[in-house]
Amino acid sequence: MIGAPMLEIAVVALGLLVLLIEAFTERTDKRAVAWIGMSGLAAVLVASFFLAPSPPPTTNGFWSFYTADSLAVFFKRFALVTTILVLIMMIDYAPIVRQTVHGATKQAGLGEFFALPLFTCAGLMWMASATDFVMIFVSLEVVTMSFYALVAFTRRNPVTLEAGVKYLILSALSTGFLVYGITWIFGATGETNLARIGDVLRDGGEQVPALFGMALVLVALGFKIAAVPFQIWVPDVYQGAPTPVTAYLSVGSKAAGFVVLLRVLEPFFVLPQTERLLVWVAALTLIYGNLAALPQTNLKRLLAYSSIAHAGYLLVGVVCLAGPAVGYYFVAYLLMTILSFAVLIVVASQSGDRIEDFNGLSRRSPFLSFAMLVAMGSLAGLPFTAGFLGKFFIFDAAIRQHQTMLLVIGVITVACGFYYYFKVIRAMYWERGSSDSTVPVSALTRYTIVALIAAILMLGVYPQPILNALRPQTAALSATR
Amino acid sequence: MILLFLVFCPIIAAVAILLGTPARGTALGSAGLMLLAALLVFFGFQSGDTGFAFVTSLPISAEWRLNFTLGLDGLSLIMVLLTSIVTLAAVWFTGEVSKQERAFYACLLFIAAGAIGAFASLDLFFFYAFHELALIPTFLLIGIWGSGDRHAAAWKITIYLATGSFILLLGLLMLYRSVPEAARSFDLRALQTAASAGQIAPDAQQQIYLLLLIGFGILISLFPFHTWAPQAYASAPAPAAMLHAGVLKKFGLYGLLRIAVPMLPEGSRHWAWLLIVLLLGNIIYVGLATIAQKRLDWMLGYSSVMHMGYIFLGIASANLLGTTGAAILMFAHGLSIALLFAISGQVRDRTGTLRLDELGGLGRIMPLASFAFGLGAFASIGLPGFANFAAEVMVFFGAFRNGADLAGVHIYQVTTLLALWGVVISAVYMLRAYRATFMGTRPDGLATAVDISPGLRLPIALLVGALLWIGFFPQALVQVLTPTFAPTFSETK
Repeated sequence: MIGAPMLEIAVVALGLLVLLIEAFTERTDKRAVAWIGMSGLAAVLVASFFLAPSPPPTTNGFWSFYTADSLAVFFKRFALVTTILVLIMMIDYAPIVRQTVHGATKQAGLGEFFALPLFTCAGLMWMASATDFVMIFVSLEVVTMSFYALVAFTRRNPVTLEAGVKYLILSALSTGFLVYGITWIFGATGETNLARIGDVLRDGGEQVPALFGMALVLVALGFKIAAVPFQIWVPDVYQGAPTPVTAYLSVGSKAAGFVVLLRVLEPFFVLPQTERLLVWVAALTLIYGNLAALPQTNLKRLLAYSSIAHAGYLLVGVVCLAGPAVGYYFVAYLLMTILSFAVLIVVASQSGDRIEDFNGLSRRSPFLSFAMLVAMGSLAGLPFTAGFLGKFFIFDAAIRQHQTMLLVIGVITVACGFYYYFKVIRAMYWERGSSDSTVPVSALTRYTIVALIAAILMLGVYPQPILNALRPQTAALSATR
Repeated sequence: MILLFLVFCPIIAAVAILLGTPARGTALGSAGLMLLAALLVFFGFQSGDTGFAFVTSLPISAEWRLNFTLGLDGLSLIMVLLTSIVTLAAVWFTGEVSKQERAFYACLLFIAAGAIGAFASLDLFFFYAFHELALIPTFLLIGIWGSGDRHAAAWKITIYLATGSFILLLGLLMLYRSVPEAARSFDLRALQTAASAGQIAPDAQQQIYLLLLIGFGILISLFPFHTWAPQAYASAPAPAAMLHAGVLKKFGLYGLLRIAVPMLPEGSRHWAWLLIVLLLGNIIYVGLATIAQKRLDWMLGYSSVMHMGYIFLGIASANLLGTTGAAILMFAHGLSIALLFAISGQVRDRTGTLRLDELGGLGRIMPLASFAFGLGAFASIGLPGFANFAAEVMVFFGAFRNGADLAGVHIYQVTTLLALWGVVISAVYMLRAYRATFMGTRPDGLATAVDISPGLRLPIALLVGALLWIGFFPQALVQVLTPTFAPTFSETK
């Protein structure tokens, strides 16, 4: 049996080890570093299934700000799987990094490129466990710091540089909001611990200042999860950042943001204003993300807007406090987003990342175009894919809570989604491509893509494994409601 | 087990085709096997049995009481038979495919699998999911192999159907949630039991019925949500139009007959006026629009929308005679419209046009096509001897028998009288189109057209034979339908 905190320690140690290896081996192929990182993370993932049960929360000490409940463990595994998949994509992306990084040696910069995600992963895992504002703040910063470097990694590319600066400035600003919000909440309730804040608010503590603080925290978290009106940075940063990093941002960073959101909002849901505010944020996010995605012609940008749109569906789940539905949606979102980015990296290395670069892909590579077909069908919400069941559970939660407005908007935006995701399918199958050359796919990527397709289709019919992993949380959430 | 075979046979065949087996042979073989299995099921069906036969079930999620359950009663039985007949005919009628032949056959088989799966599922979730399986194949079939303004048509049908489906999904989820916790299930039989026991609150019934009516209505091309249908069918390659207009569109009607009307009687009573107004729109407005069409394929597309009106009338009457008539009309219309689209596709391949003013006199050089189209047109109008006649008579008598009055007017009887004019309308457009295509003088450009190949006599005979069989012996379907409908629909109303 392993204590839950050991997992993060192991990941950090792995990151340091990888950095040391990279510092002392100049000649060897740096992709070996990625392999070490991947196998290390896989070992941690296996270890996460042998965790000692989490002790009950205490009033002070370690277990007052750290929890290892089922939601936390679930999202820790989620972060590990995401990071492994991102490392796989990074191996494919390495040639582009090599072209755009200055350095004395040929492989300069690659080692760090593979090592930084490990630290991000540790931060994400801490976020999943954080139940105290101080812990939330520190782990959030660990994630953000490593993303500053990752987003701007291919810095010789001006678009990337622009993305890096935008992310840095706006992220720092949102951190400011977070700290300020925490201060207000602490001032109003005298607590930083989420459970005790809830107690104080229930006992009729000062509600208005606490609510103001909560709104400020919501600004910061809204930035992380790309909710309207804090989404302006998303398209530019997603388009400019190295593609694996974009995938990591849109899955990992967002997932951690949502776990924190679920945890932070729980005490505040005793106040009716919170729900009203969130309903509007969810509605606007749905509308903005889906409508703005309609005219996009660049696939990376399209996926950026689609990630805003999916944040909207996830927020509907959060409004309904449907932890399992949000968890399931995230798994689906992880699989289909990573799948589409994986195909994008391969195709973009041949031609480019506009949608028209996918023209005629069905003839150049039936395999890749089928993978993209599954990814887009799942993102749009076709049955027998994980994406459909995700929407199914979210809509069900909204029906249970009688969120009529969100349901109406949800149906309209789903229809928009069909249009812009099918644009990619159209390009691949209807149009003729300019070249007929086949697209080479490395064996590792091929296996990864096959595994992702299989997972999407399997979870689309048989959701039980994920639902089981999330089950204890069901009881906890319904108890708090 | 035989149902599992029926559902997965086309899927396996489609995958095999994509992996490299001979496309046409595999598709024809699997469609033939499906028809064989469907006939076995049809004649092996215990007609005295009120429940479901051939039930197989695999548990999916205990928490959600979700199972993959297949089973047939009288209604789904005839729909499965219809699907397999039309699938075989559609595959057979597929001539030379200009590009990506494998993908074409695979798409056709996926649509067939979706239709069979939806009809055979006894579970709300899979009932819904299987229908959506056809969405991407339809998008590809029209977009890649279509004619005319195919891209616009493909977008239109996809967006319409996707929107309709998600409205439907909301309705189905609300239905699932409206049943008390203890009885909650995705199983159609359990839901029906709960509904018959009056466990669904009347106001919930009204909301859910409206959602289902709009959701299914979009899928069926209920007026005013019908505009996707003529365009899509005109642009689609003939086999795709046969499958979609003949079979897939019946999914929505099947849903109304299976879920909306029997499970939500209060809702269906409450919204009867709305359905009646809209179905008159289908029969009269769309009927007149059909007369105005200048192209054969558009005319057929509009006519298939118009005929939905009769089926709606049978469903709206909500008595045994009317609903039985509606179910038989679904079967009959599926066969006749498939035949008409098949022949019109052949005509387009051979003449290069379907504009009625550019066609003419084809009867002399294409006698087989002209004969087959004529039979299809007569069936579609509802001439005695064809299944459509028997079904329409039942629908009209059934609707007339419903004496419900709204503000002093016996609306069903008035509606029936108005709807009867639809028969005249359909005679006008069908006969006009027949004359313009096959009779009169032949324009010079059509001299090279040749008749359809003799090998296609078989699928034509299959479709016409089934139409005549039910036309002369409607009892064959009535006796399997009666035990299904008798518990939920009264004889008189």
